[in-house]
Amino acid sequence: MAQADASSPKSNYNATKDELLKYYKDMLLIRRFEEKAGQLYGMGHIGGFCHLYIGQEAVVVGMEALKKEGDQVITGYRDHGHMLACGMDPKGVMAELTGREGGYSKGKGGSMHMFSTEKKFYGGHGIVGAQIPLGTGLAFANRYNGNDSVSLTYFGDGAANQGQVFEAMNMAQLWKLPVIFIIENNQYAMGTSIKRSHAETHLYRRGASFGIPGTEVDGMDVLAVREAGREAMEHARTGKGPYVLEMKTYRYRGHSMSDPAKYRTRDEVDDIRTNSDPIKKCENYILSGKHASEDDLKEIDKEIKQVVKEAADFSLESPEPDPKELFTDILA
Amino acid sequence: MFDDKPETTRMNMIQAIRDAQDVMLGKDENVVVFGEDVGYFGGVFRCTEGLQAKYGKQRVFDAPISESGIVGAAIGMGAYGLRPCVEVQFADYVFPAYDQISQEAARLRYRSNGQFTAPLVIRMPTGGGIFGGQTHSQSPETLFTHVSGLKTVIPSNPYDAKGMLIASIEDDDPVIFLEPKRLYNGPFDGHHDKPVVPWSKHPKGEVPTGHYTVPLGKADIVREGKDVTILAYGTMVFVAETAANETGIDAEIIDLRSLLPLDIETIVESVKKTGRCVIVHEATITSGFGGELSALVQEECFYHLEAPIERVAGWDTPYPHAQEWHYFPGPARVGEALKSVMEAV
Ligand SMILES: Cc1ncc(C[n+]2csc(CCOP(=O)(O)OP(=O)(O)O)c2C)c(N)n1
Ligand SMILES: [Mg+2]
Repeated sequence: MAQADASSPKSNYNATKDELLKYYKDMLLIRRFEEKAGQLYGMGHIGGFCHLYIGQEAVVVGMEALKKEGDQVITGYRDHGHMLACGMDPKGVMAELTGREGGYSKGKGGSMHMFSTEKKFYGGHGIVGAQIPLGTGLAFANRYNGNDSVSLTYFGDGAANQGQVFEAMNMAQLWKLPVIFIIENNQYAMGTSIKRSHAETHLYRRGASFGIPGTEVDGMDVLAVREAGREAMEHARTGKGPYVLEMKTYRYRGHSMSDPAKYRTRDEVDDIRTNSDPIKKCENYILSGKHASEDDLKEIDKEIKQVVKEAADFSLESPEPDPKELFTDILA
Repeated sequence: MFDDKPETTRMNMIQAIRDAQDVMLGKDENVVVFGEDVGYFGGVFRCTEGLQAKYGKQRVFDAPISESGIVGAAIGMGAYGLRPCVEVQFADYVFPAYDQISQEAARLRYRSNGQFTAPLVIRMPTGGGIFGGQTHSQSPETLFTHVSGLKTVIPSNPYDAKGMLIASIEDDDPVIFLEPKRLYNGPFDGHHDKPVVPWSKHPKGEVPTGHYTVPLGKADIVREGKDVTILAYGTMVFVAETAANETGIDAEIIDLRSLLPLDIETIVESVKKTGRCVIVHEATITSGFGGELSALVQEECFYHLEAPIERVAGWDTPYPHAQEWHYFPGPARVGEALKSVMEAV
C-alpha cells in the first residue's frame, strides 16, 4: 500500500499562473463568504446551526482542480466551501442560510442541507458519517453506468469513527468502486481532540485493513492537495478502487457559532493562522513567481467582496418561503 | 421521597441534570458517565461539566462519534453490573444506536429469562424550538415506546429532571431519558418572540440538594381545571398552559412525565371528570404518541366523552429550517383545539 506521509519527497508542483490565480480566487471566495456568513449570523439574520470552513479552503479547492465533468461531491454539514468550489451560486447558498425562498433548498434545509444535481453536489448532511455510504453508492452508480466519474466523499476526523465508515470502505474495496474518501482532519471533532477519541490517529490508514491505499496530505497547501489528489483520482478513475486521503488541516473558527472554544488555546489557533494559512501560502506562490502584484491581488479581493456582498444582499431580500412550501417535496 | 428535609438550590435544567449525575456518581461506584464530548469538554449543553474533574477519567469519559458502539458497550457494562448513564448528543443522532437499543437493551431481560438486565440510561436532548432544522429538532419518542422492554421518560422542569434522572439511574431496566432542549434554560411557552424566562423565576427551578427521586410512571397535574383535559409532555406542557390562559378555558393539564410506563389512572380520572380531551406533542402527528393516548382515552372513557378527542402535533413533514414557528405547534394551535372541543356538543 502507498504510505506516503507529509515528509516524503513530492514531485514539483508545476502550477501555472492561471492555475494559481484561480485557486487563490476560489479560496478567497470561500473565506470571504464564510466571514460574511459569520457576520450575518452575529446580526441575527442566520439562525440555528452554521459551521464555517475558514482555514480548510485548500482542501476543496485543491481537489476541485482535479475534477472532470461528472465527478460528484458529497460531504457533511461543514459544506459551504464544497458548494462554492463546485461552482454553486453564492447567492443561493447564502439565501439558504438565511432560510429564504431563493436558497438552494427554498430555505427548508438550512446551512447543512443543500444540493445541486446540476453541479453534481449531493449534500450537505447533518448526521455525522451518513454521507459516507451515500458517496460509496454514487461511486457504484458511476461504475454501473459505465462512466469513469469519481465520487469525492468528504468527512471529518470525528466522523472517521462512525461504524458506517468501515462498512462503506469494505464495500468500496470489495466492489472496486471509484470513490475517494477524503478525511478532513482538522484535529477536532467539536470539543474533542483527535487524541481523546482515536486509537489510531493516522487517519490515512483508515482503509488499511481493507487494502485501501492512503496518503497523508498537507491540507493547508492547495498544491500539495492537488498533487496527492492526482494520484488518488488516477487510481479511482482507472478502476483500481477506492483511495483514502487524509488532509491535515485546521478550522480557525468554533465548531459552530455557539462554541465556547475551551478545548484549545488561542496560541494554537494564532500559530496556524500566522504560519500555515492556505491563502497566504498561495499568495506567496503567486508573488514569488511574479505572477501578479500585491495590487492585483487586492483588486481580486475587491471583486470577491463585491460578489459576496451581492450574495448577502440577495439572501436578505429574498422572501421567506410560503408556509405551504413546508408540505412540498415529502413524497412524489 | 426525600431522605431528609430538603435544602434547595435554584437550578436550571442543565444544572439539575448534572447534579443528578453528580449525586449518583458519588453514591454508587458502579455508575459511569460517558458520551461524545462528555468528559473533558463537559458536553455540548454542559450537562456533564466538571464531572470528569471530580470523578476522574475512569468514570466520566469521552467516547468517539460512534453511537452504536457507545450504546452497545453500555449494554454490556450494564449486563455485568455497572450502571452506565450515556449521553447521545441530540436525539436526532440516536438512530445509529437504534439497533442496539431495540434489539439488545430492550430484550435482554426477556430473552435471558430474567438473568440479565440492561440497567442503563440513555440521555438525549429532544424536540425543537431552537432553529435546529431537520437533524437537530426531532422528537423520536414513539420509536422507543413502540419497543416493549424500554422505559421512556421526559421531564419538563429542573425538579423533575433531577428526581427522574436519579430514579432512572437506579432503575434496573433501560431508560430512555428525553430532555426537551428548549426547556434547558427556562420554561418556554411557545411565544418565541418574548424574552426567555429563566428557571430561577419558576417554582420548579427550586431543586432539593442531594438525593431524591421522582418515580417513573407518575404523571403530574400541573394545572387543575374542569372543562377539558390536556395531555402534554416536555415543552408542550408550557405551551398548553399558555393556551389555556389565553383562551380562558378552564383546562386541566397533565404533564405525563413518563410515557412508558404510563400513568393511565391519572389520565382516566381527569378525562372522566372533564369529559373532553386535547392531546399535544411536538412530534409528527401520524403514528405519534398522541395516537396511542387517544386510543387509550377512547377505550377507557368513551361514555364520558362529550366531544371527539383532538390532537395538536407537528405536521407530517421533516422539521424545516425556515418557518419554524409555522411548524411548531404553538399556543395558537392548541387554543384552537381547545375552543373546538368546547364547542362540540
Ligand atoms: C450521528 C451524529 N452524532 C453526533 C453528531 C454531533 N456532531 C456534529 S458535528 C460533530 C463533530 C464532527 O467532527 P468532525 O467529523 O471532525 O468534523 P468537523 O466538525 O471537524 O468538520 C458532532 C459530534 C451528529 N451531527 N451526528
Ligand atoms: Mg474535525
